[in-house]
Amino acid sequence: MVIVNAVAVTGGIGIVCGVLLAVAAKLFSVEVDTKVTEVRNLLPGANCGACGFPGCDGMAAAIAEGRAPVNGCPVASSERHQKIAAVMGTTVEETEKKVAHVLCQGCDSVAAKKYEYDGVRDCKAAAAVQGGPKSCDRGCLGFGNCKVVCDFDAIEIVDGLAVIDKEKCTACGKCIEECPKAVIEFVPYKNNVVVGCHNKDFGKAVKDVCSIGCIGCKICEKNCEFDAIHVADNLAKVDYDKCTHCMVCVQKCPTKAIQGI
Amino acid sequence: MELVSLFITSFIVNNIIFSQFLGTCPFLGVSKKIDTAAGMGIAVIFVITLASIITFIVQKAILVPMELEYLQTIVFILIIAALVQFVEMFLKKSAPGLYQALGIYLPLITTNCAVLGVAINNIKFDYTFIESIVYSVGTSAGFMLAIVLFAGVRDKVDNADLPESLKGSAISLITAGLMSVAFLGFSGLKL
Repeated sequence: MVIVNAVAVTGGIGIVCGVLLAVAAKLFSVEVDTKVTEVRNLLPGANCGACGFPGCDGMAAAIAEGRAPVNGCPVASSERHQKIAAVMGTTVEETEKKVAHVLCQGCDSVAAKKYEYDGVRDCKAAAAVQGGPKSCDRGCLGFGNCKVVCDFDAIEIVDGLAVIDKEKCTACGKCIEECPKAVIEFVPYKNNVVVGCHNKDFGKAVKDVCSIGCIGCKICEKNCEFDAIHVADNLAKVDYDKCTHCMVCVQKCPTKAIQGI
Repeated sequence: MELVSLFITSFIVNNIIFSQFLGTCPFLGVSKKIDTAAGMGIAVIFVITLASIITFIVQKAILVPMELEYLQTIVFILIIAALVQFVEMFLKKSAPGLYQALGIYLPLITTNCAVLGVAINNIKFDYTFIESIVYSVGTSAGFMLAIVLFAGVRDKVDNADLPESLKGSAISLITAGLMSVAFLGFSGLKL
């Protein structure tokens, strides 16, 4: 009798709970948009947050609700963007792939030092002390904050200078946000010519702090046949849409500040 | 007055984490950030209080009259698991805001031994209905206190320069141990 009671009570409670849950599931069912899961499966799942939403789940929900563009994930390939667009029933215009690039070549051997820095190995900490140990106020400090935040292992510190592997870079933009010197910028992946300098001083002022900086001499501007490089504020800037990668400016630059990569 | 002393005792003196060592897995698992820790704490308060009320009724109305007290554990687990599922569905429909806030913590609580521990203690200590509610709220508030404090300490420890071998779980366990020792100080509190 005791056994029967025990079985009856446990089984009874189990059945009651089960029935209640089944009823509740029907009663409280919430329709979940299947698009969210489909889009979520197409996103990379790195949860890097570069899209501006809290992780890939947040991004998937935003895309499904139309709050974010279908190609809003900077990490996913354009092929993935097409697939996401297919799920959403729209199309996506081909956007040019971009990569982050450190616009500074002032490694320890070419950049002059203002003082010997002996503090925490952190760009932001170093930047707080007189703008950092390098004499150039706009250069890469090379303590590797960008390397730490990079989820894709695309940044190396070589001789006190951050170097980004453009094959590994997914243009998530975290390093750009992290860099206290704002020396990292997006450049088109296809582009091979960049001005590797951020210094807006002229001539000798640049030469004094870094042997490889842009001195604002305008030789590149004069030699470019395609009107693709211009000097503004004593700093040359490549017009990536017009540049044909003829490399004339790279050869003519007296300080080798223009990088042909 | 007795209820107040019961609350304080269950809240800090017999803190569920630091002196009873129940519910340590969510304590270690969900204490990386203060906001998530607080979310977990609120969810635990919610579920423990509800579970104690229902298990108390089941105990007095079904198990005792039928002399089946030895089935307590299994029946309580059954009820808690079903209850958490039910609460999750209910919140999803009627309070999406709260559901978003509690998020993944609700299903996690299903397997939280603190919930079962409180339900069983209510019976073991022979509490009345009111006392068991006060005890449940006190204990679960103690859980929240512990997990939020711990999350705060972990936040600081994350920025500290640690030897390689102590990084991660190792230092968390040591921290938890030290906090437990610190809470031992409350054991002299007589109310």
